[in-house]
Amino acid sequence: MGAQTEKRLVGRPVPRKEGRDKVTGQARYVDDLVFPGMLHGATVRSPAARGRIHAIQFGEGIPWDEFTIVTAKDIPGENGVALLVPDQPCLADSVVNHPEEPIVLLAHPDNYLLEEARRAVRIEVEPLPAVFTIEDSESKKEVIWGEDNVFKSYLVEKGNVDEVCAHADFIVEGEYRTGAQEQLYIENNGMIAVADPLKGVTVWGSLQCPYYVHKALMTLFGLPAEKIRVIQAETGGGFGGKEEYPSIIAGHAALLAWKSGKPVKIVYDRAEDMAATTKRHPSRTRHRTAVSKDGRLLGMEIDFVIDGGAYTTLSPVVLSRGTIHAAGPYFCPNVRIRSRAVATNAPPHGAFRGFGAPQSIFALERHMDRVARAVGLSPEEFRRRNFIQPGQATATGQVIREDVNMNHLLDRGLELSGYHEKTERFARENPGQQRKKGIGFASFMHGAGFTGSGEEHLASVVEVEATPQGRVRVLAASTEIGQGTNTVFSQIAAEALGLEYDRIEISKPDTAKVPNSGPTVASRTCMVVGKLVESATLGLKQTLIGSGLLQEGFSSAEFERACKRYIETQGPLRARSQYQPPPGIHWDDVRYQGDAYGTYAWAVYVAEVTVDMVTFETEVNDFVAVQEVGKVIHPVLAAGQIEGGVAQAIGYALYENVVWNEGRMLNSQMTNYLMPTAVDVPRIRVFFEELHYPYGPAGAKGIGELPMDGTAPAIVNAIENATGVSLHQIPVTPESLMEALAPLEQAGARG
Amino acid sequence: MRAYLPAYELKAPGNLPAALALLEREPDAWRPMAGGTDLMVLLEADKLPHKKFISLWRLSELRGIEVTLEYVTLGALTTYTQVQAHPILQQEFPLLCQAARETGGIATQNRGTLGGNIVNASPAADSPPALLAYDAQLELVSARSSRWVPYQGFHTGYKQIILRPEELVRRIRLPRAKRAWRQYYRKVGTRKAQAISKVCFAGAAELQGETIRDIRIALGSVAPTVLRCVRTETLLRAEKPSPAAIAAAKNALAQEIAPIDDMRSTAKYRLRVAQNLLEEFLRQLRA
Amino acid sequence: MADGAGKVEIACTVNGERRRFRAYPMARLLDVLREDLRLTGTKEGCGEGECGACTVWIDGEIVNSCLVPVLQVEGSQITTIEGIASGDQLHAVQEAFISCGGAQCGICTPGMVMAAVNLLERTPHPSEAEIRAWLAGNLCRCTGYMKILEAVVRACQAKGVRR
Repeated sequence: MGAQTEKRLVGRPVPRKEGRDKVTGQARYVDDLVFPGMLHGATVRSPAARGRIHAIQFGEGIPWDEFTIVTAKDIPGENGVALLVPDQPCLADSVVNHPEEPIVLLAHPDNYLLEEARRAVRIEVEPLPAVFTIEDSESKKEVIWGEDNVFKSYLVEKGNVDEVCAHADFIVEGEYRTGAQEQLYIENNGMIAVADPLKGVTVWGSLQCPYYVHKALMTLFGLPAEKIRVIQAETGGGFGGKEEYPSIIAGHAALLAWKSGKPVKIVYDRAEDMAATTKRHPSRTRHRTAVSKDGRLLGMEIDFVIDGGAYTTLSPVVLSRGTIHAAGPYFCPNVRIRSRAVATNAPPHGAFRGFGAPQSIFALERHMDRVARAVGLSPEEFRRRNFIQPGQATATGQVIREDVNMNHLLDRGLELSGYHEKTERFARENPGQQRKKGIGFASFMHGAGFTGSGEEHLASVVEVEATPQGRVRVLAASTEIGQGTNTVFSQIAAEALGLEYDRIEISKPDTAKVPNSGPTVASRTCMVVGKLVESATLGLKQTLIGSGLLQEGFSSAEFERACKRYIETQGPLRARSQYQPPPGIHWDDVRYQGDAYGTYAWAVYVAEVTVDMVTFETEVNDFVAVQEVGKVIHPVLAAGQIEGGVAQAIGYALYENVVWNEGRMLNSQMTNYLMPTAVDVPRIRVFFEELHYPYGPAGAKGIGELPMDGTAPAIVNAIENATGVSLHQIPVTPESLMEALAPLEQAGARG
Repeated sequence: MRAYLPAYELKAPGNLPAALALLEREPDAWRPMAGGTDLMVLLEADKLPHKKFISLWRLSELRGIEVTLEYVTLGALTTYTQVQAHPILQQEFPLLCQAARETGGIATQNRGTLGGNIVNASPAADSPPALLAYDAQLELVSARSSRWVPYQGFHTGYKQIILRPEELVRRIRLPRAKRAWRQYYRKVGTRKAQAISKVCFAGAAELQGETIRDIRIALGSVAPTVLRCVRTETLLRAEKPSPAAIAAAKNALAQEIAPIDDMRSTAKYRLRVAQNLLEEFLRQLRA
Repeated sequence: MADGAGKVEIACTVNGERRRFRAYPMARLLDVLREDLRLTGTKEGCGEGECGACTVWIDGEIVNSCLVPVLQVEGSQITTIEGIASGDQLHAVQEAFISCGGAQCGICTPGMVMAAVNLLERTPHPSEAEIRAWLAGNLCRCTGYMKILEAVVRACQAKGVRR
């Protein structure tokens, strides 16, 4: 079929670009790569949560002269992980601030001997008092960071909350907590480095953001940009967990390579990856809500705190997104949101799908059910009276200009899930049953792309280049981490040119070859970078048309001839595109007011559960996810994103419990940290409302993080519907549900 | 892999006499390894202090399921997959089949063995409560002797067993006496598959009319060893499973088990759920 | 750091080819496949038999290769992901994983394919519950399993589902 007849690629489920390599085992992940003369690297970590490093002892029986040993003294540049604030050392020097903080690096050709050596290094730490909870950090039980343990705080203010609270018909208060969550990508973190003082440093690894690693290595080695090269290997999942930590492992591997003069590979095992790398921030949210008799939101006062761990890392940005999403898809004339990211002596918490929003939305969507009950309305009716409408302003004063229709999404979600019939039936059938059924929902939104002026600061760039054979190569630093970057970019480029999907190639992210299209985070890859792919591709086409070599309505063969002629006569055929904000977007970083995001994805999720009163276990029996995400570029990949996110959030709601002991994760094994298996997830039913978004490629918006936000509160709302017990904390483990049910059971036994 | 591999030895004798001779010659030096599904996890984490192992995997003398009028006798190397596939076990020993089905994933069931599970002596193992409920017996063999012992009493303390260093478990024998008994098994592990149990319950009862004539109650993950709850059984014998009898049995059970807090669960939860499972089992006897 | 008996010679068949190599007897089959035989399609996810990324077949049965000491495969027939397609011709399960979106990041995919193909060789038309139960030992963090279940169902429907 010719290019013209098969023109439409957007909206079609083309095969995943790298699918064949993945199903045959040919795809090469970092641990599959072997370099001649390569050493293996290992990290010796802090045994204590906080203290002064007294001594480092290298025990007997190890041929230490065969080992490359690196400590902070060996760092050629600055000993700091360059991200937002340089407070985190690459290797702890005189003090440690969290368990598992890296202190000494070892390299040796023999992996088995390397482990023996790692055990033989004794780090003596003189302990200092440490802080492990949000409350102890807030009360400055011990000041462990800065003046007051606060990494960052925000204040969002709209109207006058105090005044309205003084006169409201109802004031409803609540406190909600969420636990840490491990990303649990199935491929652990890993990196290989080659380094020498003349040629500079090159790393290959499992990562989301090549230019973050690039920047971190420049600082660590004090080298100019052109002496650092970062190449992404096939990456076995990220979910945010490979956003900031790869900069540290890359630094470690590169330091060992620099000192030894040999390639060095560091690949974590599961226990080290879970214990030492970032997790989702634990949080506490307090709500105080003023409501009128007829169920209108009058005022919302929200206090949102996240536990940042020992160093700043990305906590200010996570806090920002959590803050902005804290008031949800509702219109309220008076809002005050105060938020803080505080320090504790745990390994730094970091990026994880949703990035602060799942925490504050869990609190809000639990609280909305509670407020509804206090006012005497159903959860549905209460929300319907308060959904934000086009023309109304959010908490940050962003006037909604798109055609949002939350009522319609709710109608569909409730209808598809049989909500009304089931609510009625469960209420009738549950009494006396050992297995109680419940249904609940959450309504929410997720801002796509970087917050506020973030995208303007990033000023991302994408290039495209044509070959004499008429193939088109996309050059971007955006990484394929399973979500489908390669496939979606190919669709967008092919659609823009009216050419076949197979004609598009995606250049492997390599900082020596691709421009900086920004990090692969924040649901921005399709919407923001995809738009750049589209415009750069259109630029390439314009160049050919402008040169007179091609006319609109061209065939593949004509395109191929035109490319060949152009390159022969005028040299390389390339085009580039740089980010331009959509018109009319304004953000005030100081007052935290304005258009927080260019656009939002909107959703209603409905969960049906069964709670077993013998074991207090909850199972999810049905899940309906309805969302408006703009035009869907690839229906299979898009549904896959939602399904995967929902499953991950089922884990967040019910199973995934990080057990802490003085800042250290105790259950750092897949055996004891439980994620959902194939028998634990229900049929996840995904529905899209497609409204064309004019500033996204072919009308698309962001999608990846959305499913993480509303799933947990929908499930916990359903548990309340089943059992009558109102839970304020996730995960809802069987143990915690048993404890929460105890007062109800006692009351039942008495009465 | 965290262990220092060159320090480990693994030998694979070609037959049972050769394996037993090795154990006899150097008592305490060698330990048995069956399918490796537990020991290899410890090796990976460098938590396997013993260094010399005998692989039993290829010993045909330890394989096979034999059925006579009185017994089903399983070779110690019978895998969970083989347990589930056996028609007589399906009909008469559903608790064991269910335990096998709920142990790990299919890959683990293909490799994990009943004998290995018994000798590994984890209090959280899934099959042992079923074996206790069925009055299983073990054949322990050495180069010089062989003896049959009741499985009850095999575990004497946390990870302590009566197996002598020169002995191996050769076979597991299940009396075919409980066909007509009412049987109940439930493993509680939060997640529906691939979980280590927080509480595991196996029960079997012989009814005469509405009265419990005989009963077996065995639990995992609630004490230093898997446990048969003899005192609770005694209390229930010759009783009808009335609300009063159930309440008394739950109290007796609380005295008999000794659950603890650990990273997987709490003592409080384990106690409560163990009692709830007992109640569920006994209530089903009324139906 | 006392050394044991050292490496031993082991012979087995891997993807239909006779292989002979020296290895520590307690070495994990996973490491021998990946490092000594350079068959890196088999992945490590957890090292404790929990995630299934290292699933291979020994004598036609799926196992976690991280839990098999290599001495125990002496004389066995081993099949890895590299042995599933016939030349350029993908297995129906592999085709279905591509068309249904069963592979996202791809790290669980080889193990998942090994388990799924093994299931269909035993049970050509499994129910959804059977597929779920069979794959419960293979963890996937990307897909939520829906597209994987669809892929297995589609592979059953595809003509000539056999190797």
